Amino acid sequence: MHKLPEVYDYLRWRKRFPTVWCSGCGIGSITGAIIRVVRSLGFDKDNVTLISGIGCSSRIPIYVDFNTLHTTHGRALPFATGVKLVNPEMNVIVVSGDGDALAIGGNHFIHAARRNIGVTLILVNNSIYGMTGGQVAPTTPIDAIAHTAPYGNIDPPFDAVQLALSSGATFVARSTVYHIIQTENYLKKAFQHKGFALVEIISQCPVLFGRLNKMPDPVDMIMSQKENAVNLVKAKKMTEEELKGKIITGIFREDNSKVEYTESYAHLIQRVQNQNEF
Amino acid sequence: MPLPRTTADGHPIMFVQGNEACVQGAIAAGCRFFAGYPITPSSEIAEGMSRELPKIGGTFIQMEDEIASIAAIIGGSAAGAKSMTATSGPGFSLMQENIGYAYIVEIPIVIINVQRGGPSTGLPTKLSQSDTMQARWGTHGDYTAIAIAPSSIQEVYDMTIDAFNLAEKYSTPVILLMDELIGHMREKLILKHDCELELRERCLPEVPTEWYVPYKSQTNLVSHPAPFGMGYRYSVTGLIHDTTGFPTQISAEIKSNLESIRNKIITHRQDIWKWQEYYTEDMKYLIIAYGSAARAARDAIETMRAKRIKVGLIELKTIWPFPDNPIKKLAYHTKAVFVAENNMGQLIHPVREVLPERIDIIGVQRYDGRPLEPMEIIRAVKEEIYA
Repeated sequence: MHKLPEVYDYLRWRKRFPTVWCSGCGIGSITGAIIRVVRSLGFDKDNVTLISGIGCSSRIPIYVDFNTLHTTHGRALPFATGVKLVNPEMNVIVVSGDGDALAIGGNHFIHAARRNIGVTLILVNNSIYGMTGGQVAPTTPIDAIAHTAPYGNIDPPFDAVQLALSSGATFVARSTVYHIIQTENYLKKAFQHKGFALVEIISQCPVLFGRLNKMPDPVDMIMSQKENAVNLVKAKKMTEEELKGKIITGIFREDNSKVEYTESYAHLIQRVQNQNEF
Repeated sequence: MPLPRTTADGHPIMFVQGNEACVQGAIAAGCRFFAGYPITPSSEIAEGMSRELPKIGGTFIQMEDEIASIAAIIGGSAAGAKSMTATSGPGFSLMQENIGYAYIVEIPIVIINVQRGGPSTGLPTKLSQSDTMQARWGTHGDYTAIAIAPSSIQEVYDMTIDAFNLAEKYSTPVILLMDELIGHMREKLILKHDCELELRERCLPEVPTEWYVPYKSQTNLVSHPAPFGMGYRYSVTGLIHDTTGFPTQISAEIKSNLESIRNKIITHRQDIWKWQEYYTEDMKYLIIAYGSAARAARDAIETMRAKRIKVGLIELKTIWPFPDNPIKKLAYHTKAVFVAENNMGQLIHPVREVLPERIDIIGVQRYDGRPLEPMEIIRAVKEEIYA
């Protein structure tokens, strides 16, 4: 008999498949990567909470067999903050799209990074609002076409990695769907990291971003990730001109010297309770 | 530090603000997680919680805004802790979307709204009762809200405990509607001993995990989704969902989801309703009020009764679900009903809805940021009598 892949143990048997994602989308690969990494780390399913906001990638929690919280647009990180503070032992993972984390949820993004709360944010960046039908996102490149930028986008895009670095995140990495093994390695480090971790994954949306920007074939989009990805080490030797349009991948920061937020709160509790004893 | 004074039977006595009494009530009720954002006139609640929670191993966090605060307490409650936030008008407006989320995912939380004047930034340091309707209809969509309102410092303490109990019992957000006057006024507060508190804890599932259906009502029409980490893994979503928690577009399931969050409260409204009557046995005129306005009304009826005017008062402790039957019964033989409130007329709308046309319904409204005075109510009653 045909043997099912291991990921099936982590999918919800009661859920009616297929998924909401279009064919050619990168989110399925990312879902698989998350599951494989959780499995390889041997996390108990009960001890994993997957939280998301609104958007295509935010549908991942519906399908996977962890504790899951599919919340409101942009607010996944504060929900995650609540879960982590009440249950610091929990492995809290947030999946968020670029619009969800950087536009409506931008404020929560920088504050979660500032506090260094032990949550991993997986930022699925497809450069567009997919679920609502292809509107411009805070990550859409200049001159790209979107349904709310029919004459080309004039808004400069955000660099989520730089934003996280300057906000105090202690683990920051970027990868792509094409480099799925590298992505899994980064996720593995992020899930084990004590403190706020950001893993930005460049993904493809052939149906909306691709179709509007002369790249409707998902294979072309994935190959462009391969061609444009430049490792951090190599990128340091390149000029700004050479880096135009490139995706810099790699681990930008891995700092284990900072105290994680729930740990420092536990210290605070201890200090207060010791003071109150006499 | 001086020892706290106690009553003859050993209960600690305090002389505190409403906001401080709220902190005492929340701690007594078992609140162990608070997320909030400073806003006048509720900030003393956040300050108090930041001081008290670490002492008992609870967690306080000041979030980046009110949207994050309410999100964090829903997350905290999903992880199993009794959770609360406190705010005022502008912050309450910001919280609305996620309050709706808590209604549909049926996660118990307590929201304290120390009302101030609005709209917008309004009157930060003055009182108002102008969020009465927002407490009922604030978030989009169809749902039924529970909002309760204290009118004394002792009641702030007692009703904060009630709010947590109601939230756990009906697995829903509960709004405690205070106002600036109740929040900042100082009065005597007698604390209860731990053994005297009747606390409702989270209703936990007993079925094997594979049989678990999170949104199938376990008891009395109420479903109690299990806290995370217990082995019951299920989908929690703000989308309309079926009983297993998965999003649905099927008519029957959509209807059943919406009806379940309404019916669990409407069916038990008799159990939720609380009110207090004054001089209602022989009254010809009825005053309806809550919170600080009810304090003025109590004073007004004493004065009028001394002049043999047959006037009574129903002081609402439950605002939503609206106590329509008690009001209908009380008002049935009266000539006129006065709705006294610190706004441009909000509570008067459900009163109009429940009373027959033959009864005059008169609003006594004050909206200049000052408390309603007994004289204003007396004047309105006299005008009606001698008109």
